[in-house]
Amino acid sequence: MRLKCPANFRIIRLPCTGKIDVIHILRAFEKGADGVYVVGCMEGDCHFKSGNFRARKRVEQAAKILDKIGVGGERVKMYNLSSGEGPLFAQYSIEMDKKIRELGPNPVKVALQAKKNAA
Amino acid sequence: MIIASKKPIEEIIQEVKDYKRLLILGCNECVTVCEAGGKKEVEVLASALRMHFIKAGKEKKIDERTLERQCDHEYLEEIRDVIDQYDAVLSLACGVGVQFTAEKYHSTPLLPGVNTCFLGANEQRGLWTERCQACGSCVLARTGGICPISRCAKRVMNGPCGGSGRGKCEINKELDCAWQLIIDRLRDLGRLDDYEIVAPIKDWSTERAGGPRKVVREDVQV
Amino acid sequence: MSLRTLDELKASGELRTSSKLEKIFKMGHLAVTSECGPPRGSDPKAVTEKAEMIKNHVDAINTTDNQTAVTRMSSLAACIHLKQMGLEPVLQMVTRDRNRIALQSDILGAASFNINNMLCLSGDHQSFGDCKQGQNVHDLDSMQLIQTVRRMRDEGKFLGGDDIKRPPDIFVGAAANPFADPFEIRVPRLAKKIACGAEFIQTQCIYNLDKFEEWMRRVRERGLHEKVFIMAGMTPMKSAGMAKYMKNRVPGMDVPDEVIARLSGVPKEKQAQEGIDMCVEAIQRLKEVEGISGFHIMAIEWEEKVPEIVERSGLYPRPQI
Repeated sequence: MRLKCPANFRIIRLPCTGKIDVIHILRAFEKGADGVYVVGCMEGDCHFKSGNFRARKRVEQAAKILDKIGVGGERVKMYNLSSGEGPLFAQYSIEMDKKIRELGPNPVKVALQAKKNAA
Repeated sequence: MIIASKKPIEEIIQEVKDYKRLLILGCNECVTVCEAGGKKEVEVLASALRMHFIKAGKEKKIDERTLERQCDHEYLEEIRDVIDQYDAVLSLACGVGVQFTAEKYHSTPLLPGVNTCFLGANEQRGLWTERCQACGSCVLARTGGICPISRCAKRVMNGPCGGSGRGKCEINKELDCAWQLIIDRLRDLGRLDDYEIVAPIKDWSTERAGGPRKVVREDVQV
Repeated sequence: MSLRTLDELKASGELRTSSKLEKIFKMGHLAVTSECGPPRGSDPKAVTEKAEMIKNHVDAINTTDNQTAVTRMSSLAACIHLKQMGLEPVLQMVTRDRNRIALQSDILGAASFNINNMLCLSGDHQSFGDCKQGQNVHDLDSMQLIQTVRRMRDEGKFLGGDDIKRPPDIFVGAAANPFADPFEIRVPRLAKKIACGAEFIQTQCIYNLDKFEEWMRRVRERGLHEKVFIMAGMTPMKSAGMAKYMKNRVPGMDVPDEVIARLSGVPKEKQAQEGIDMCVEAIQRLKEVEGISGFHIMAIEWEEKVPEIVERSGLYPRPQI
């Protein structure tokens, strides 16, 4: 299957989305990511029972924090799909890419670059 | 254990905004277990604050540290050599930890990052409930092991009051009536007759009413 | 109990206080009390005008103590107004707002005006009232307040152990809610209040007469009706809406569906009269219940109806003492 995906995202592989923590998402933004999305198994199909539910909660927590500090909670999103759904994976990445482009760059990154340029 | 809840990040931003060099200090004890002020919460808060202030164009140094306990001299000593590098410490310990740190580092402003709530239990993940108000004179032997002081909204020592309905408290239909629980337990223990023993007027001097309290144990002092 | 004259009663040596209410009970009459909720302001007329409406039809008048935790004129001040009209007040006192110093102090204050009756309560939680963010005290609970007054009166001692010069001369009452849960301890709870020293009881508003009679049966089984004077609490319903509100919103209230159905069954403008009729019928039924010593009629902001209820229930005229 050769599917077209945007080339500007980096995949970080996890044994299970349940491994992800709020801090991982925040660090990505601190380091300049413009968006983060977490792709887990279908709800109810987690091999570790509730990993993807935990992931969803943590994504929601991260979104709340990002809203409060003015980075924007819409920059993080949780998706669920099964391992056979390559086209859907591609579609989600396109969707996310489009959304982030609408939102523009991560304001933290912008501020850091402005500071660097001024120096 | 002591149950605390995180302060809203907006409130913390207001508290710390004027300090350039900030240490966020977690505690490995109760606040770690109740997920309000342990290492994880320190990391998340520090990251969020760094991003906020970068975005706002404010230069800040925000560091992280988590001590074994903030209510013990021994562990608080661990930051003595670095404390002068900070303009303020934001402590995520309970009110005890915040104060003890402040006492130790007299010239450094100490800010609380959590609201200390009560003495409670981890009923289930994400749910903590009150069990004790540290009255200093335990009555649990007489009340079927359920505390009317911490669990009855009116601290009624000879309850239940007239507001108990269907096992719930008059102030909130989700809240169990402590006296219903006491009676149920006394019945299960075959001791319902004990209900008619009148609880004497309580000596509250061992509680907050008696002023700040102290426990002295000469047998363990060295 | 057969009726006795005041002279016979005095000769019996059974009187413990100067309370008129105590005399009415002990002479063997069915007593009638009502209440005046003090106003949310300082105009004494709000108390005295209500009292004027009911004074000839009741033996004593309760003044509520910041009921439902809403800030009002103090119950003690309202009692003093009643006393100055030559009436017999019942001072309600809750443990929510005062510690043992203030409670004892107010008891002495009341006694200094020769207020001879008191009702000891814990009080609704402050979250129901206008000061939701306030502290509550509950240094004592209602049972311990009963003990406190009795000790002050009978032993002439403060809680701290010191002697009281001119101890209070107060007949001590308590509340009982036969409808709160758990039902099985409702009678033991009454026994506990009696053991603490309660001499009369005013119950929660009664709408579920069957359940109340079952409670009374259990009260008699333990002989408690011989140790305390039980006054049945009555509140006439003004409308089907009020009945529904009481059923769903007021803590510890038992309003059976039949009550709501009967009120709903008549046109709106006649519901108030239906409510009065139901109240009168209930009193007539309960008058026959052994162990009932009187009625406490709480016509909330509807004091003008008390005379009608008392007269139609066959409780008028009131004995003169």
